[in-house]
Amino acid sequence: MKELLGLYNYWVFAVVLMIGFYAVVAKGNLIKKLIGLSIFQSAVFLLYITMDKVDGGTAPIIQKGVTDQVFSNPLPQVLILTAIVVGVSTTALGLAIVIRIKECYSTIEEHEIQNLDRDT
Amino acid sequence: MILAEHLPALQVVVPLLTAPLVVLMRVRGMAWAAATASSAMAFAIAIALTNAVLHGDSVVYLMGSWPAPYGIELRVTTFSALLLLIVTGASTVTLVAGKNSIDAEIAHHRQPMFYAAWLLAVAGFVGIAVAGDAFNIFVFMEIASLAGYVLIAAGSNRRALPAVFKYLIMGTIGATFYLIGIGLIYMMTGTLNLADMEARIHEVGELRPILVAAGFITVGLALKGAVFPLHAWLPPSYTYAPHIVTAFLAACATKVALYVLLRFDFLVFQPNLAAHDLQFSLFLMPLAVLGILIASGVAIFQRDLKTLLAYSSVAQIGYILLGASLVSIAGLTAGMTHMFNHALAKVALFLAVACLGTRFAQLRLENISGAARQMPWTMAAFVLAGLSLIGVPGTAGFISKWILISAALQEGALGAALVAVILVGSLLAVVYIWRVIEIAYFGDPPESGQSAGEAPLWMLIVTWAAVLANVYFGVVPSLPLSLAGDAAASLLQHLP
Repeated sequence: MKELLGLYNYWVFAVVLMIGFYAVVAKGNLIKKLIGLSIFQSAVFLLYITMDKVDGGTAPIIQKGVTDQVFSNPLPQVLILTAIVVGVSTTALGLAIVIRIKECYSTIEEHEIQNLDRDT
Repeated sequence: MILAEHLPALQVVVPLLTAPLVVLMRVRGMAWAAATASSAMAFAIAIALTNAVLHGDSVVYLMGSWPAPYGIELRVTTFSALLLLIVTGASTVTLVAGKNSIDAEIAHHRQPMFYAAWLLAVAGFVGIAVAGDAFNIFVFMEIASLAGYVLIAAGSNRRALPAVFKYLIMGTIGATFYLIGIGLIYMMTGTLNLADMEARIHEVGELRPILVAAGFITVGLALKGAVFPLHAWLPPSYTYAPHIVTAFLAACATKVALYVLLRFDFLVFQPNLAAHDLQFSLFLMPLAVLGILIASGVAIFQRDLKTLLAYSSVAQIGYILLGASLVSIAGLTAGMTHMFNHALAKVALFLAVACLGTRFAQLRLENISGAARQMPWTMAAFVLAGLSLIGVPGTAGFISKWILISAALQEGALGAALVAVILVGSLLAVVYIWRVIEIAYFGDPPESGQSAGEAPLWMLIVTWAAVLANVYFGVVPSLPLSLAGDAAASLLQHLP
């Protein structure tokens, strides 16, 4: 039980990761796929944010006269900031491609696109 | 000289900074000239770096002079030099050759953006090769991939769009898996520097997260590297991309992912995880064998010329991994040499395809029936490059297959079976290349009587230069062999 609750954040990470992955694989609508992909990536953000937490740690700001302060690790937060930017760019590019697909095929359903390409 | 010290950084900075400048160049031909010049400069830097690592140690560059592992470290080894040569060489050759082809396929007002994306892709690929830090590799990988998606979708064929969407989804999942993997390692070791990571995993008591990380990283990069059966994104993307883009990406996109895969599995995990070499070859060898046999078999039944060559690429990735999964110096040397030689052969083949593409709107096999009568030089280049792909003596492809076979023979009974696989794979390559030759040389030209004629002279000259490079490195293979041999030795230095 202690393991289950103590690793609460990691369980959430795994569950959210799989929810996103399921949407990517199972949904036929391209926008829904992209939403799934975003959820999938967000789960990883949670993993990084979780790992930087130090028990009793606070924001890593050095103050005059305070010497015995415990800080949370700032590095994973910086890393995940970069990863968030990468995720946003990926989603933006994905949406741009979906718009062009809509212009060319007049649909954003995966199986309809496949059917249209089969006919021509 | 002071500039020479900064070459590892300049290798990335030159294409990265030229990219936004190129966007501003609206005068016809300017963007192409600037992109080509930038790419040629990157190629020159790659040659200088190769020269440096061949005659000395790895080149280490500390960004902003912060000492590693606190600062960001760039590290050029013989393995990365090999990759730098492939990436910048392929980019330069295809850009120099490709102006006519790009003009025909991409609207004029979009071209500055196109060349900017191209340079960003180059910057991303070379960034992966020089980075000494796991997270930087992730960022460069995403720069390269995002730019690659834009390049593939740049053509006028609407089928490129669903293809690139599939690539985007699968590529992002691969990159995210990689990110989870390095997150787990960071959790256990507190470092992102690859060299530091390797040393610190020794101190980790609980190795299970590291094992999980190894799984995530290997699978994620296998997805990026189009390792069979994770290759589903590759054939449609290569088929519907503009011809010149296919030539460029076919040479380097997957190989860069394989480079990171080998670096991680051999330098970080191999010395730390018990029996990792066994896990590595048990996982990858069956995939490599299946990839060689099935992808080559599927290639035979393709009716589109570019799809055929794309499946052949999947099979060639199998050869590279087969060499690596032998976990011996000879095997790794063979795999890495094959990276180089396959890039040579595929650039030449896809350039010949681009030459065909300047005269034929469609590149299905029935469309190019009798093409050799109109385009004898293009088809002759295709045949010679095809021979290199098959591995005929006297071409570059022969060298890597030969040392791959001799490496496999050192493995006893299993090796004999692998040799059989390599030979069957090569025979299948004969069949699919022959299908193209048969229809182009002996088929009847279509009734409508297209007055096609030969491809533009300049494209033809560069294509032939690429073909002759295949012959040159088939006769004088010392450069790739010495780079690959040294790289293989350094990857395996920790194994008994």
